[in-house]
Amino acid sequence: MAETDNRNWPTRRTVLEGGAATGLLLAAGVPVRAQQDAIMAAAAAAAPVPTMPMNLTINKDEFSVELDPRTTLLDALRNHLGLTGSKKGCDHGQCGACTVLVNGRRINACLTLAAMHEGDEITTIEGFAEGDELHPMQAAFVARDGFQCGYCTPGQICSAVGMLSEIRAGWPSHAGTDVAASAALTDAEIRERMSGNICRCAAYPNIVAAIRDAAGEA
Amino acid sequence: MRAFTYERAGDAREAAAAVAARPEAKFISGGTNLLDLMKLDIERPAHLVDVSRLPLDRIEDTPEGGLRIGAQVRNSDLAADPRVRSRYPVLSQALLAGASGQIRNKASTGGNLLQRTRCYYFYDRNMPCNKREPGSGCSALEGFSRMHAILGASEACIAVHPSDMAVAMAALDASVETISPDGETRAIPVGDLHRLPGTTPNVETELGHGEMITAVTLPPAPPGRQIYRKVRDRASYAFALVSVAAIVEASGDGIRSARIAMGGVAAKPWRAAEAERALAGAVASDRAYTDAAEAALVGAQGYGGNDFKIPLAKRTVRQTLAAAIERA
Repeated sequence: MAETDNRNWPTRRTVLEGGAATGLLLAAGVPVRAQQDAIMAAAAAAAPVPTMPMNLTINKDEFSVELDPRTTLLDALRNHLGLTGSKKGCDHGQCGACTVLVNGRRINACLTLAAMHEGDEITTIEGFAEGDELHPMQAAFVARDGFQCGYCTPGQICSAVGMLSEIRAGWPSHAGTDVAASAALTDAEIRERMSGNICRCAAYPNIVAAIRDAAGEA
Repeated sequence: MRAFTYERAGDAREAAAAVAARPEAKFISGGTNLLDLMKLDIERPAHLVDVSRLPLDRIEDTPEGGLRIGAQVRNSDLAADPRVRSRYPVLSQALLAGASGQIRNKASTGGNLLQRTRCYYFYDRNMPCNKREPGSGCSALEGFSRMHAILGASEACIAVHPSDMAVAMAALDASVETISPDGETRAIPVGDLHRLPGTTPNVETELGHGEMITAVTLPPAPPGRQIYRKVRDRASYAFALVSVAAIVEASGDGIRSARIAMGGVAAKPWRAAEAERALAGAVASDRAYTDAAEAALVGAQGYGGNDFKIPLAKRTVRQTLAAAIERA
């Protein structure tokens, strides 16, 4: 997938979320909340939304796309680039399902604009395996059964990989008593550092075990 | 989210001028709070000036022995900086007590200071809110006020500022540097950056439109033990009900000096000057900590749902002081 631009699938996903980006006006029956109706009406009355060109590097592939400036990195991945591994949970940075790595650091893809990430190295869950060989963190989640429904899992795995880099870099956490000291990877540290990823199936014990295993292997 | 245009600023002055040129323009850096609010139609910028790539991302030693923190330094980098961890641990602790790993990787120093309140009614566009819509009323006054202010509030607004970082910076007497569209710079003590609500809770800071934070300067580390203690409804990734940043210099049984700043209690980080005066020269004892806690909460007022914060804040001040002195 070297060159992919606006792909308009006639799917539920496109219809529900891609309104603005596919050039459809937002009046197409999308809104969930009553308070959004007014926004939708305003959007429908306005002129077609201008787009801007962006060059994004995702999983080492270059993508040139033309998107509405409002497009979050998460929506760009899911709705325009066919990379639906990153999940939309809360869309407000509270659940962590959208976690990706940008220049090796974990962030919430829902709380940033795609336009702000030109030139960055973006890694999504699709970029972790080498062919059929799973990344050690993915393998550990499978081995430890670190999920139930699996919806939060891509975010958990991206977050865990980013978190282990932070530990290796000697970053302190709220779980430690002395911020000047370097932290050991205890379960308490894992839980604190992973608090930005929620699992509504509550697979936490197995998620912690998977991360512990993967940290030992790396 | 409403439509906006986007540009990436070339330098700090250009960024300030770009925002100043349009009344509905805003700076965007980490975006973790602004985009959240834009999705909810609470923030409605027509133009965004991206300042996240400006070369304001360094932490430098100052000639005076302090640190100058660029406004674009990410919260995680600031918390992990060895100089901050060893000389200003209260700041590392405060940063690490806030948000999640993902958000700290994105949130900037300047943006953290300028984040908006998390008052439920500010977030709920179906409810009156003087901060969001001046003159519409305050829903929190007679509503759910668990997270709301007990100090410095007004009949117009009882929202609190949510930052942990700012509370530590207030205790450290940090100074906020800004640049205006005409290129002029100024320094504002962090304690003077945020305004109390009064009758205009929609005006939250002293900054003019287009004035941009470029750095936060910490004076040389004060003597004494530094502790940040945060009390919240869950153990991680939650805003403070009450937090206390304390810096206490003890000598034998005596307290030479103390600094106390509280978070989660007001629309700004709240320095407890009276309590600090009471502690200076006092004998370290439960009595002294209790007196200081009482002094810190003079004038505190609850609104029903947050009445508990007054005794909670007193206990947190007392315990944080005791911990700082015992470990000194």
